[in-house]
Amino acid sequence: MKCFSRYLPYIFRPPNTILSCSCHTEADIISTVEFNHTGELLATGDKGGRVVIFQREQESKNQPHRRGEYNVYSTFQSHEPEFDYLKSLEIEEKINKIRWLPQQNAAYFLLSTNDKTVKLWKVSERDKRPEGYNLKDEDGRLRDPSMITMLRVPVLRPMDLMVEATPRRVFANAHTYHINSISVNSDYETYMSADDLRINLWNFEITNQSFNIVDIKPANMEELTEVITAAEFHPHHCNTFVYSSSKGTIRLCDMRASALCDRHSKFFEEPEDPSNRSFFSEIISSISDVKFSHSGRYIMTRDYLTVKVWDLNMENRPIETYQVHDYLRSKLCSLYENDCIFDKFECVWNGSDSVIMTGSYNNFFRMFDRNTKRDVTLEASRENSKPRAILKPRKVCVGGKRRKDEISVDSLDFSKKILHTAWHPSENIIAVAATNNLYIFQDKVN
Amino acid sequence: MGEEEGLHQTQLLDTMFVRGLKRKCFDGEEDIEGTLAGFKVIPSYNLQRQSLLDMSLVKLQLCHMLVEPNLCRSVLIANTVRQIQEEMTQDGTWQMINTQSAGQTSLDRLVSTDILCRSSKEQAEGKLVPVYSTFTKDCEGTQSQDNSEIMSTVTSPQVPRNLQSNMWEMENPQENRGNFQKSLDQIFETLENKSPNTVEDLFSEVDNSYYDLDTVLTGMMSNTKMGHCDLETFPSQTSANSNSNCKSDLNELDHIVEILVES
Repeated sequence: MKCFSRYLPYIFRPPNTILSCSCHTEADIISTVEFNHTGELLATGDKGGRVVIFQREQESKNQPHRRGEYNVYSTFQSHEPEFDYLKSLEIEEKINKIRWLPQQNAAYFLLSTNDKTVKLWKVSERDKRPEGYNLKDEDGRLRDPSMITMLRVPVLRPMDLMVEATPRRVFANAHTYHINSISVNSDYETYMSADDLRINLWNFEITNQSFNIVDIKPANMEELTEVITAAEFHPHHCNTFVYSSSKGTIRLCDMRASALCDRHSKFFEEPEDPSNRSFFSEIISSISDVKFSHSGRYIMTRDYLTVKVWDLNMENRPIETYQVHDYLRSKLCSLYENDCIFDKFECVWNGSDSVIMTGSYNNFFRMFDRNTKRDVTLEASRENSKPRAILKPRKVCVGGKRRKDEISVDSLDFSKKILHTAWHPSENIIAVAATNNLYIFQDKVN
Repeated sequence: MGEEEGLHQTQLLDTMFVRGLKRKCFDGEEDIEGTLAGFKVIPSYNLQRQSLLDMSLVKLQLCHMLVEPNLCRSVLIANTVRQIQEEMTQDGTWQMINTQSAGQTSLDRLVSTDILCRSSKEQAEGKLVPVYSTFTKDCEGTQSQDNSEIMSTVTSPQVPRNLQSNMWEMENPQENRGNFQKSLDQIFETLENKSPNTVEDLFSEVDNSYYDLDTVLTGMMSNTKMGHCDLETFPSQTSANSNSNCKSDLNELDHIVEILVES
C-alpha cells in the first residue's frame, strides 16, 4: 500500500470566508472534484454554483520538497440559482458534476452541470493585450474620426497574467429530472448527460438538440420502481457506455445496435445473498457511482456498504468486492431514519487501475490495493495532520475492547462524510473533499 | 388550541419512533404480558417492521410535499413500503386488514405511490369508513354491550388533551393504516395552517379508536394470529406518552381483557 503523507498543507477555502474551523455556509460545501487528463489542473464545484480550478506549480530547484503544489488558478460562477416559472420550482445552482475535455490547444475546456443545465466553459490565459488601435482609444471607446490624422500599427504589450473563464455553450431544457452524471465520449465530439430516468447524447457544437439514448420512464409513473443513478462512456470505445440503477444492476449498451438503447448488450447483476437479506437490502444495493477502469476492461461500482469491481466479460457476479464500512450493517435502521443511507458516495481508480479509493463517514476514506488485497482507512482532517506528516491509518473498533487509537462505531460523526474524491491520472496525488475543505495528499517523497 | 395540538402531534410522532422506549414500557408491564401469554407475543420484529413502515410513510409523505423530490430516494422508500406490505400480506398481518375491510382495492392502493403522494383527507376517510362499518357488523351481538360499556368508562373522565394522545396510543394496527394516513393529514393540516379539528371531532375520533380497539380484541379471541400482531403493535402506541399515562392505559387494557375473558 502506498503511504500518503500530508505533503501539501493545502486546505481549500472559498473566497470571502473566514479562515476559522467549522465556519462555512452551505454554499461552500464541495459537491464535485475532478482532475484534468494531464493532472495539471484540478477542478472543484460547490453548492453555491462556483467552480474553482487549481493548477499544479512547476517544480522548482530551490524548493524540491514543494514538488507540484496546487494553487488556485481560476474561480468563476458557473451556475446561478434559477426559477422555473412553469413548474413554480427553484433550480439549485449546485454543481453536480465537472468533466474535463482533453486539451487540444492552449485553452482548457470543461463541462459543468447542475440539476438541469450543462455548460461548456473555456478557461484561457491572457498575458498580453493589444494596444494602439486606430478607431478606438485605450478604454475601447470609439474615437472621433476627425481627430484621426495618422494610421498606426497596433501592437501586443505584455501584461499581468489573467485567467479568463467564458461560457461557450449552454445545453439546457433537455432534462425533466435531476442530472446525476455527465460523461465525455472518446470521440471528443459528443458527451452524454444522465438524469434519473433518461440519458441524452449531445454534440458539443449543438445546443438546441440532443438525442435520447435511454429512457426508462414507465408510461404510468406509479409503476416506477427503478431509477438511473450514474452513467459513463467507455474510455476507448465511443459506441459503448454503461449506466447503473437503484436496484444495484449495471447495463452496458452499444449505440450501434439501435438509436434508442432500450435493450442492453450486457447486464451485470450479483445474485442476492439470502443470509444478508433485510428490508434495507435494496436501498444498500443501490449503486451510487460507476466508473470504467482506465484500461476499459473493468467497471467499478459503489453501493452503500461496498465497492465492487466487475470484469466486462463476466456479468453474473463481480470479480472483487471490498467492504467499505461493514460495521454499519447493524446500524442501517438508524441510517435510514436519519437519511444517511441515501448518501451518494463516489469511487475512483488510481492511474494504473491497481488501487481504488472511496469515501466513508467521520471524514474517513478508504483505499483498496487490488493486488495485495490490503486496505487502509485514512482520515482527512485539519487537526490530525501537520504539513508533511504521514497520514496515520485509522481503525474503527467493532465491539469488544477498544484500543487507544481506535474509534468506536458509535462515536463516528455521520455529518462528516467524504462523498467526492479524485485521483491524479498518473501520479499518486489524491484530492479529497470533506464538506467545505479540499485536502490534497501526495505519496511520500523520500 | 390549534397550534398546541399540532405541536403535540409532532412530538408524538417523534417519540413514536423511539424503539427503546417502547420496549422499556412494555417490559415494565409483565402482568399484561402474562395475561396475554396465550397469544405468544413476539414484539421486536413486528414492532420494528411496523415502525419502519410508519417511518417510511412519513418520509414518503414529506417527499411528495416537494415539487421535485429526490426521485431515487422516494423510489427506494416506496419499494421498501411495498416490500413490507408484501411480507405483511404473506404472514397475514396485511391480509387481516384486507379481509375485514370490504375495500380490498383501496388498501392495495394505499401502497401505490399515488395515494402516498397525496395527503388528501378524502382518501384516508374513504378507507376508514368501510373498516369501521365492517367492524360494527362483527361486533354485533353479545359483545356490543361490553363495547359501549368500555367506551364510556374510558372516554368520560379524560380531558381533551389526554384524549388526543390516547387516540394515538390506543389505535390498533388494523386501523393503523387508516389512522396513520389520517394523522398525517392532521400533521400536514397544521403545517399548512388549515383549520384545526374541533373538540367534538376529537371526541368522535377517540370514540372510533376505542371502538376499534374493542373490535380488535374481539377479533383476537376468534383469530389468534390476528390477535398476536395486534398486541405486538399495541405497545408501540402506548410508548408515546409518559410512563404513568402508559400505565393507566395498560390498566384499562387489563380491564378490557378481563371483561372479554369473562364474556
